[in-house]
Formats: sequence, C-alpha cells, structure tokens
Amino acid sequence: MSSHGATEVSKDQVWLKSSSLWAKLPIIGVILAAAGLGGAFSMMGADPQHFWYSYLTALATFIAFGLGGLFFVIIQHVTRAGWSIVVRRLAENVMITLPALALCALPVVFMGSHELYEWTHLEVVQNDPMLSSKASYLNEGFFTTRMLTYFGIWTLLSVLFYGWSTSQDNATGEAIDKKSHAMRWLSAPAVLLFALSMTFFAFDALMSLDPHWFSTMFGVYYFAGIAVSAHAMLALLSVALRNSGYLKGVVTEEHNHDLGKLMFGFTVFFAYIGFSQYFLIWYANIPEETRWFAYRIADDFLPLTTLLAIGRFPLPFYFLLPRAIKRSSTTLILAAIWILFMEIVDMFWLVQPVLAHHHAKESGEHHMTMHIGAVDLLTIIGIGGVFLAVFGWALKRRALVPVKDPRLTESVTFENF
Amino acid sequence: MSKPIKKKVFGLMAEYETPKGIFHACEKVRDAGYQKWDSYTPFPVHNLDKAMGLPPSILGWIVFICGMTGASCGMLLQWWTSTIEYPVIIAAKPYFSYQAFVPVTFELGVLLASFGAVFGMLGLNRLPQWYHSCFNSERFARVTDDKFFICIEASDPKYDPERTRKLLESTGAAHIEEVED
Repeated sequence: MSSHGATEVSKDQVWLKSSSLWAKLPIIGVILAAAGLGGAFSMMGADPQHFWYSYLTALATFIAFGLGGLFFVIIQHVTRAGWSIVVRRLAENVMITLPALALCALPVVFMGSHELYEWTHLEVVQNDPMLSSKASYLNEGFFTTRMLTYFGIWTLLSVLFYGWSTSQDNATGEAIDKKSHAMRWLSAPAVLLFALSMTFFAFDALMSLDPHWFSTMFGVYYFAGIAVSAHAMLALLSVALRNSGYLKGVVTEEHNHDLGKLMFGFTVFFAYIGFSQYFLIWYANIPEETRWFAYRIADDFLPLTTLLAIGRFPLPFYFLLPRAIKRSSTTLILAAIWILFMEIVDMFWLVQPVLAHHHAKESGEHHMTMHIGAVDLLTIIGIGGVFLAVFGWALKRRALVPVKDPRLTESVTFENF
Repeated sequence: MSKPIKKKVFGLMAEYETPKGIFHACEKVRDAGYQKWDSYTPFPVHNLDKAMGLPPSILGWIVFICGMTGASCGMLLQWWTSTIEYPVIIAAKPYFSYQAFVPVTFELGVLLASFGAVFGMLGLNRLPQWYHSCFNSERFARVTDDKFFICIEASDPKYDPERTRKLLESTGAAHIEEVED
C-alpha cells in the first residue's frame, strides 16, 4: 500500500520545536567539541603517543557510529524495506556526520601517523624482514592515498543519500519517485563501496597498529561492531525523541521490536565473528598470531577483555531475548546505551593495548599497564561533540522522518506478526 | 442401508465470507466468554490471535529451555569425555580446553532448540491429528479455498445450542450448522 502526498503524520511530531533541548544540540556539540579537542590537543605535548592513541580510539568509535548510519540507509534501500522508513531519517542524520568525522581523521593521517604506526619509521622497516616485505602496502604515500579514498567514498555516499532524501521532502509529483529510485539505484554499488572501504579502513587504521599481526576477519570484526551499534543508536535516538514528545504514533513499539531484534541478531553476529577470530588463532597457536591476544589478556588488560567478552555477548543476548524487553522503550534504551558503551570499550581494546605493549617492551618489565587519563575522556568528548554538532544540525534542518517518502504510511502502520 | 446412528454434537460452525467478517466475529465470541472454540481460515489473518483473545504462545520458553539444555549437555559431554573418560593431550592444550568445545556446544544448543521449536509446535497444535470433527461438515472443505469458519465446541461450559446459535447469528455469519463429533 503506497499513498502519495498527505499522510497522517502531523507536523509537530516531526519538526523540532526551537525551544527544545534537541534543537540546541548543535551549540552543545560545538561547545563539547571545542572544550574536548582543545583540552586534548593542549595535553598533546605532555605525552604525544598517548594523545594519538586516545584520539584514534575516539575517532574509530565515532566513525563506527557514522558508518552505522550509512550501513543502515544502504541496506534499507537495497532491500527496499518498508518498516524502517520512519527511522531512516535518523540514520541519515547520523550518516551525514561522516564528512565531518573524515576531517577529524585528517590529523591522524598527516600528524599522528608517526606516533601511531611503527611501519612509518623507515629505519625500523629496513631492519625488520616482515615489515620490509609489507612495505609495498604499508607505506606512508599509499596509506595517505587509501585513507583519502575511504573518506572520499564516505563523503560522496553520505552526501548523495542525504541530499536525495532531504530534497524529496520538498519535491512534488514525479520528482518524489525519481528521488526514491535514485537512492535505490545507488544502494547496490554502495554496498560494495561501503564493504571495501570499511574493511580496508579497519585494516589500515586499526590493524596496522600492530603491523606484524594480521587477521583476515578484522574488517568483519569492525563491521560487526558497526552493525550492532547502528541499530542501538537508532533505538536510543527514536526512544529519546519519543520521550521528549516527538514521533508519537510514528515510531511505535513495533519499530522498537524490529530494532531490538536487529540489535539481538547482530549481538550474536558479533560473538560469532569475535570468537571465530580468536578461536582459529588459539587453535593454530602460531606465536606471530597469538601474541596479539596474549598481550590483551595479560595483566591490566585481562579484566577489560573479560568485560568485552561478557558485555558484548552473554549480557545483551539474554537481556534482549524476551519479546517484552524489545518492545518496551525503557528496557530497549538500556540495552542500546549499553551496546554503544561497549563499542567504545571495544575500540579502546583494539587500540590501547598496542601502546601498553610498546611501553612494556621498552621498560623491560614486561608488565602491561593500562592508562586511562583525562586525554581519553577529552578526545571522546571532543570527537563526540563534532558528531553531536553535525547530527544536531541535520536533525533540526529537516523533518524527523522522510515526510514525502511514497511508502511512509506503510512504515507508520507497520506491525510485527 | 442401515439406519444412521444419531451422533454426539461436536459444536456449532459458522461460516464467513471475508477476513474482516471473521475478525469481528471472533471479537464477539471472545467477549461472550467462550473458551473451547477455534477459527479456521484459508490463509493467516493478521492479528486474529488478538481478536480471539489467545494468550502469547509458550513455544518461546520451550525453545529456550531446550536450547539451554542442549548447550549445557554439549559442554558437559565434552568435559566428561576429554577430562574423565578418555583424557588425551591434544596440541599441548589443557584437557578442558573450553574454546575447542564451543562449536559443539553451540551446535547442540541449536539442534535441541530446533527440536523444541518443531516438536513443541506440533505438540501445542496437537499434530499430527488423524481425525477432526470439523471435516464432518461438507461446507468446511472450502476452508482451504475462500471461506472462513468459527466452530464453538459443545464441550465449552458456556455452550448452549440456542444461545450459541443466536450469538453466531448476531456476528453476521453467512451460514450456521451443527457439526457431529
């Protein structure tokens, strides 16, 4: 059932009032970004290495959130999904943070790479047979080119999808369908572009922190986190918006239920991917592969690894299992916040042990010490502020749902059977 | 030809033309407080369970218990065989290498959960069933084609030939008949 033009969605449900806190998100975001990034950059001099590792942790987290929005939009178009149209605009607003996050990533490429990546040091590479044989891929020129390519792809895709979707809001007549068809047409090649750019970004930015280690599953591992937090983000946003009086009767408990099901499903997917990566390395027991896990379960990092293992699978798995939990906004938002928090923990777990491992080797004591300092918090606040500012700007700029989507009614009246 | 034996009454069967008709009829029968009755449709009519006032299925719990039983039995089996019954050192790993046991634990969990789902579903639907009184009605054959039926069974405590017939008439049934057991 599709109906053009007027739907039963009333304007005050989908347009932010200028007095609401939601409308102030851009200002709040800018203040947080300035305070966080300002504070963090001012602390760079004291311990530049720690700063860059913290910066990369925060960046990888928020890029994962942004890519989550992009992933959701692409998948809904490529499967021509009807149920998700009422939350698609929220995903588009999350996705449009990618160009800004790409700008935040430029310092890593042009300033921080020497502090982060061992393979950028020519003298180390020359004396290391493994690194020198990887040098045709892991070298600064090619690295910069690749990173810029990923950012280009993400900017292009997010701007195109966002542009088409928001211009559909004001379109009339045939133009409405044309925008829908354009988005659907782009979504198929976008799947390919997204998968490749996301995978190789994970390889380049995160896996190459420890350039001796490699896992072909690493890209999928990063993706599993993206996918589960994408749905958690949408659940959090839609429930929070409803709690402040928007989207009532537009995003219903039926949409809660579906987002909950997807959070549950991708929680299992994450466990499958995370365990498979660990399992094969554990089984083969080859030192060059096992050491990546070995220093993550050593000393200070064992509790963190345990938290990740329990907090990313058994906990959300059993919590999200009952139907009532997924349908109730109160419990769903709890699960969503926990999953987003675990994404931060996961990125911390991917990045920070590498630095601790360097320190352990240099000090000669071989003790893995976990440092969580103000700079970790400030980078998360800073890049989170950038994310929030752009998201808030997009949220305020347009209606909260794609009001002219031909199948909006289908989505509003959607029910689980 | 022998004289037909007068059989016991199974219930009253009402026939409807549309999904909408049976949907509202179900609501009326539910509100009248009947317990032993069922609706029969050629295809799933969405939300008919709510119109009938059916409680949520307990199948989920059956699947959950079966799945957890399968998973714990899988882990227990491997623990027992590889540490007590036939301990062998493999690849210099401990006897109880739980990592290696995860795939089998998972498989057994899924297997028993699937058994729970399939056989639990069959059990709750009381299937397979070799005989059902509804088929004594000739009109009932069209339930697989284009007609919708409600049958209120005579074993229901509220069943009364007169009043139940009146109720079904008030729901807009196209045809009402008594079905033999």
